[in-house]
Amino acid sequence: MIFTMNRKFIFLLIALIVLMALPFVAEAIGESYVISSMTRVLIFAMAAVSLDLIVGYGAMVSFGHAAFVGLGAYVAAILSFHVNEAIPVFNFPFSYDGSNNLLLILLVAMLVAALVAAVTGLISLRTHGIHFIMITLAFAQMLYYLFISLDTYGGEDGLLMQGRNQLPVIDTSDDRSFYFLCLFILAVYIVLALRLVNSQFGRVIQGCKLNEKRMQALGFNTYWYRLTAYIIAATGAAVAGVLLANKTEYVDPGLFSWHLSGELLVMVILGGLGSIYGAVIGAIVYLLLEQILSAYTEHWMFYLGPILIFVVIFARNGLYGLLQKRLNGHA
Amino acid sequence: MPDIILYTKNLCKSYAGLQANTDLNIQLIQGEIHALIGPNGAGKSTAIAQLSGELVPSSGSIYFNGKDVTLMPVYERARMGLSRSFQVTSVFEEMSVQENLALAIQAHHGHSFYFWAAIQKNKLLNQQAAELATQFGLLEHLDLAAGALAHGEKRQLEIALTLAGNPQVLLLDEPMAGIGPGGSKELTRLLDGLRGQYSILLVEHDMDAVFALADRISVLVYGELIATGTVQEIRANEEVQKAYLGVST
Repeated sequence: MIFTMNRKFIFLLIALIVLMALPFVAEAIGESYVISSMTRVLIFAMAAVSLDLIVGYGAMVSFGHAAFVGLGAYVAAILSFHVNEAIPVFNFPFSYDGSNNLLLILLVAMLVAALVAAVTGLISLRTHGIHFIMITLAFAQMLYYLFISLDTYGGEDGLLMQGRNQLPVIDTSDDRSFYFLCLFILAVYIVLALRLVNSQFGRVIQGCKLNEKRMQALGFNTYWYRLTAYIIAATGAAVAGVLLANKTEYVDPGLFSWHLSGELLVMVILGGLGSIYGAVIGAIVYLLLEQILSAYTEHWMFYLGPILIFVVIFARNGLYGLLQKRLNGHA
Repeated sequence: MPDIILYTKNLCKSYAGLQANTDLNIQLIQGEIHALIGPNGAGKSTAIAQLSGELVPSSGSIYFNGKDVTLMPVYERARMGLSRSFQVTSVFEEMSVQENLALAIQAHHGHSFYFWAAIQKNKLLNQQAAELATQFGLLEHLDLAAGALAHGEKRQLEIALTLAGNPQVLLLDEPMAGIGPGGSKELTRLLDGLRGQYSILLVEHDMDAVFALADRISVLVYGELIATGTVQEIRANEEVQKAYLGVST
C-alpha cells in the first residue's frame, strides 16, 4: 500500500515539476508560444474536472457545461469593458462601474454561474438520462443565442478585451506569470475536488449515480444533493471561463455552444469518467492531439475520432484507468 | 386495543383501468411480524410501493404513527422510520460492503452537506458500519465490493441497509427471494431475532418462513384483502385455501 502511494506520489511530483519547468524550457528554446497553448490546456483541464464532478461522479451527463464557461468568460469581458468605456454596468439601485480586479471578477463569475445553475438545475434535474442531456443542451443554446443578440457586447462578433484583468503583486499581462496563475488555480481546484469526492457529500453523489432509488429509500433527498453538485460544478466552469477570457483577451458566443460542451465531455471520457486526475489527463491529451494533428491536416477530427473510439472500447476507465494499473504496480 | 403503527384506509391503486389494489385496509401492530401473502400478481409489490412512497395511491390514505403520509415522498418516510427492502437486490454494487453500510447510516445522521472531511476517517460512521456488519455476518467481507458478494450475502446486505438508522417499521419485499433453503433458514433466524424491536410487514413466497415468522397473516388475492388473522386462522380459512394455499378440503 505504501509502495503504491509512493508511485502515485512520485508520478504527481514529476508531473508538477514538468509543468513548473515548462515555461522556462519553452523560453530557453525560443518556443514561447508553448506557454500560451499550455495555459489553454490548464484552463480546459479545470473545466473538464468540474464537468467530471457531475458526469463521472453523479451520472448527470450535462451537454451544456460550456454555458458556465461562457458565463465566466463574459463576466470577465463585460465588467472590464464597462471600466474601459466608462459606462456604468447598471445605475439602479446604485451605480456600478464594472471592474478590472481579477479576484472580484472570479467571485462575480462564480455567483452568476451558481445562480444560473440553480435556476436551470431546478428544472433540468427533474429529468434523467437522455432527457437531461437534451435539456442542458437546450439551456446552453438559449444562452448562446442570448449573447448573439447582445449587440452592446459585440453580438455574434464577440467582445475584445483591452488587456487582462489585474491582480495585486502578480503581473497578469506577462504570459509566464499568467501560466503560473492558471497552474496554481488548477492545483487548488484539484485539491478541492479530491476532498469533495471523498467527503460525505461526495459519497452521496456517487450513491445517486449507482442507485438513486435506493438512496431515496435510505432517506436521502437526492434532488437537493444533485442540484448542489450541479451548482458546484458550474462555479468551477465559470472560473475556467474567466481564465480563458483573460488568456485570449477575447470572448464570443461560441463559448456557449454545444461544440465546447461536447469537447469537454470528450476530454472527461478520454481521461476516464469519475476520476479527477483522469479529467486533467483527458484535457491534456485531447488538446495536445488536436494541436499535433492539426499541424498536419485540417481534417484532424477525422483522425481523432478513431483514437477516441479505440480508447472507449479498450480502456473502459479511460487513459487514467490504464495509468492507474501501472501505478498500482500490477496489471 | 394494541398500538397500530402503520395502517391504510381504503387504499386503491389502478394502472390504466387495471385495479392492482382495491380498498386495502392493512393494519400493522407495533412489534408484530405481519406477513402479506398472495399469488403472483395479487398486488403485494404495489402495496409495498405505496406504503414506502414510490407509488402515489389512486385513492385512499396511509397513516404512519398516526400521521397521514399518503403524499409524503420516499426519503421523508424513510427518515421518519419507515424503511423498505427490495425484492430485486438493490445495493451499491461498485461500493464496498463497508461503504454501503456507511452510506445507509449516513442517511440518518442529519444532512450530508459536508464537503471537506474525508469520509473514511469518520469514526462514528465506521464504528456503526462495523456493528451492523457484525449483526449480519458481513464483517469479514467489509472491504469486498458488494457486487462480488454471494447472492445470499447480498440479500443480507440488503436487509442490513434497510435496518441502518433504526427504523420503526420494516417493509420487507421477498427477502428470501432466490437464496435457497439453507440461506432462507438463516435469514429466518435473523428476522426472528428482530421480533419485537421492529414492526415488520413481510411479503414472502416461502411459506415455511412465513409460518415460522408471522404473528399475523394477511392474504391478498386479485388486489383485495380476503383475510387477516393468526397463522392458525389463516390455515383454517377455507377461502384462503381455495384461493391460494391450494389445499384441497
